Amino acid sequence: MTISPQDRMKISRHPMPARDPEVRIRCFEEVALGYDEHTAREEAMRCLQCKRPYCVEGCPVSIDIPAFLREVVAGNIDKAAAIIKKTNSLPSICGRVCPQETQCEERCVLAKKGKPVAIGALERFVADYDRQFGLTKQQVNVRPSGKKVAVVGSGPAGLTAAGTLAQMGHSVTVFEALHEPGGVLVYGIPEFRLPKEIVREEVSSLLDLGVEFNLNVLIGRTLTIDELLGDGYSAVFLAPGAGVPQFMGIPGENLNGVSSANEFLTRVNLMKAFLFPEYDTPVYCGKRVAVIGGGNTAMDAARTALRLGPEKVYIVYRRSEKEMPARREEIEHAKEEGIEFLCLTAPVAYLSDSRGWVTEMECIRMELSEPDESGRRRPVPVEGSNFRIPVDTVIVAIGAKTNDLIVKATGGLSVAKKGYLLVDPQTQMTSRPGIFAGGDIAGGEATVIAAMGQGRVAAQSIDRYVRER
Amino acid sequence: MPQILEKRELAPRTHYFRVKVPLIARHAQPGQFIILRVHERGERIPLTIADSDRQSGTITLIVQEIGATTRQLAMLRTGDEIRDILGPLGTPSEIEKFGTVVLLGGGFGIAAIHPIAKALRNADNTIVSIIGARTRDLIIMEDEMRAASHDLVIMTDDGSYGRKGLVIEPLKEMIESGRRVDRVVAIGPLPMMRAVAELTRPYGIKTVASLNPVMVDGTGMCGGCRVAVGDSTKFACVDGPEFDAHLVDFNELSARTQMYRDFEKTHMCRIEERLQQLESAQGVAGQ
Ligand SMILES: Cc1cc2nc3c(=O)[nH]c(=O)nc-3n(C[C@H](O)[C@H](O)[C@H](O)COP(=O)(O)OP(=O)(O)OC[C@H]3O[C@@H](n4cnc5c(N)ncnc54)[C@H](O)[C@@H]3O)c2cc1C
Ligand code: FES
Repeated sequence: MTISPQDRMKISRHPMPARDPEVRIRCFEEVALGYDEHTAREEAMRCLQCKRPYCVEGCPVSIDIPAFLREVVAGNIDKAAAIIKKTNSLPSICGRVCPQETQCEERCVLAKKGKPVAIGALERFVADYDRQFGLTKQQVNVRPSGKKVAVVGSGPAGLTAAGTLAQMGHSVTVFEALHEPGGVLVYGIPEFRLPKEIVREEVSSLLDLGVEFNLNVLIGRTLTIDELLGDGYSAVFLAPGAGVPQFMGIPGENLNGVSSANEFLTRVNLMKAFLFPEYDTPVYCGKRVAVIGGGNTAMDAARTALRLGPEKVYIVYRRSEKEMPARREEIEHAKEEGIEFLCLTAPVAYLSDSRGWVTEMECIRMELSEPDESGRRRPVPVEGSNFRIPVDTVIVAIGAKTNDLIVKATGGLSVAKKGYLLVDPQTQMTSRPGIFAGGDIAGGEATVIAAMGQGRVAAQSIDRYVRER
Repeated sequence: MPQILEKRELAPRTHYFRVKVPLIARHAQPGQFIILRVHERGERIPLTIADSDRQSGTITLIVQEIGATTRQLAMLRTGDEIRDILGPLGTPSEIEKFGTVVLLGGGFGIAAIHPIAKALRNADNTIVSIIGARTRDLIIMEDEMRAASHDLVIMTDDGSYGRKGLVIEPLKEMIESGRRVDRVVAIGPLPMMRAVAELTRPYGIKTVASLNPVMVDGTGMCGGCRVAVGDSTKFACVDGPEFDAHLVDFNELSARTQMYRDFEKTHMCRIEERLQQLESAQGVAGQ
């Protein structure tokens, strides 16, 4: 069946089906429901199959998007999956969490006049179909290399590197500090956005490839990198993320009821505090919640809080909604669910009762001036515009810093600004031969896909490195 | 999973565990702790490493039954396994030759004092240890502490053993009598550590306290363990748990440690119910 470009352009973009907001705010079930086969085909038909596909340039791992969409139209989902998996080993995850509107979809030619092809939703469809019916199987087709490689951290960077290295025939051990593998995918991103079952499946497919997971090992304390190198590991890939939560340093930030988004989300996601007391970990969430920040973490914290039953949840963000770094879909979902956005607003202090619990938040209005180094317009406070809002819960989600634990415990690792590990962008090798790094610890985009991309590049250069000796 | 090689009761509701965790035993240093999870649905809680032995690959934990998790831990027996243990965590104690060091251990803080006393003694310090508890039965590790100290003073609130009074009193007498004290290490309930800090502050004696805020991950990722120290906020799980006691904001810390205790209290009946289910299930299994 051939369709003319004109006909293709007549099809309008298919919205992602979503669970009813009334229902979903009372549970942790996934919000976005995914396309069915028919919708997926119809949507894939919208692709104009450009000679020079800009979408591919917008993809951090250069998935051959027109090719996989062609296979979806032809009904060859297995082939579509194989095309995606050539460069993306975690497509079920990326289809759900990538900021497509600033990557592939932003570059889609259809976006110029109307709405881009829903590439993210289609990636998700293909990957889920593939998982459900077991169409593609990762396997090791090469002879064992006899080399041992250690991977530190099991977030998207670590998992990708581990999978890639195992397929190259190396014997891979992942060391993870927490009791469950997945990094931010398990402790940060909530169930309603990324079901943990998917992460567990990805981990189990790595187990099938022979990857070993050593949980509850904090590299730098339980074991050092030098011990690993002395214990027969030929190379080490560092992917510990940038997990240290930032605070603003304003009065009252250590009051009871104020926590970081990482703490709040870890209690709920990793420790399952929403099932307390069937699970032992509690989480405090009061009646009036303010979440500070405008990124994915802030949206996740706000929507998670909402599901714990408060009366009111605010997002407090110092720029305007347009500048929010969160994925568009999360912002839309948050609004549909009834979260109130206080934009151009920044907290300046938290006030408390006599027992040290937060009761009120003092804010100041902001306005935007010239763009700063990030290209976003800089917010400046409006003198005298202070006002107060009663709150009993504050969740701070203003970004993360690097943890210097590994650097301190390991000699010879050079760091760049803000503690990011200095790496050669071509090889991901650090200043110490044999030690590679990627993901949030190496700076960059702080997205799942960027972390994966670096994990893959690192795996390729680790492969070269260990075979040379 | 780490196995419990030995478990016994040291005092009422206070238990001794020797657990096989070779990597932790190999790296543990005085002042460090672990985070454990008893079972798959368990909470992560921090516990001080009271002793470690590389040869046998074991560490010692002293556990007082105070919350839901420590009570579940207390139900375990020799031979049982603990779901997860992460460690050693935290920055080790500063061990140097200081001169005369007074170590104060209150209640099960005695367990935390012990490895530090041992290491400081090995570093040629003169060790004066003052350990105390409410009553005689709660004085733990007396023999170990005696071996690690040049002088050991025992205090009980009710006078049932040693001297009657608080651990701070002998320290006060020492300082006031002009005896040289180069360093003080205090580990125990917050009011005790705060009182020690206030006592030594005017004399400018360097005083270290080991703090026990709420923790979740223990790796620096959540910030739940943050404490105000001087002008900055520190994460006790990586920067601590030991800090200069003269710089710690004890008021804030005591409010913060209360946060989830209030929570536990409001849910106590539900927690109680679950613990009783577990206890009776264990009773059945044990028959
Ligand atoms: C709440 C939240 C929502 C997000 N939403 C999105 C989104 O929608 N889309 C998107 O693209 N990105 C999102 N991000 C960002 C994205 O998750 C990160 O960029 C990505 O996870 C980084 O991957 P990583 O592999 O570098 O590290 P991480 O995922 O941070 O994993 C690092 C792992 O290493 C472990 N570790 C750390 N130190 C050690 C050590 N010394 N020894 C052993 N193990 C160690 C940690 O416990 C952790 O499990 C979000 C982040 C957060 C916090
Ligand atoms: S316990 Fe989470 S940062 Fe210290």
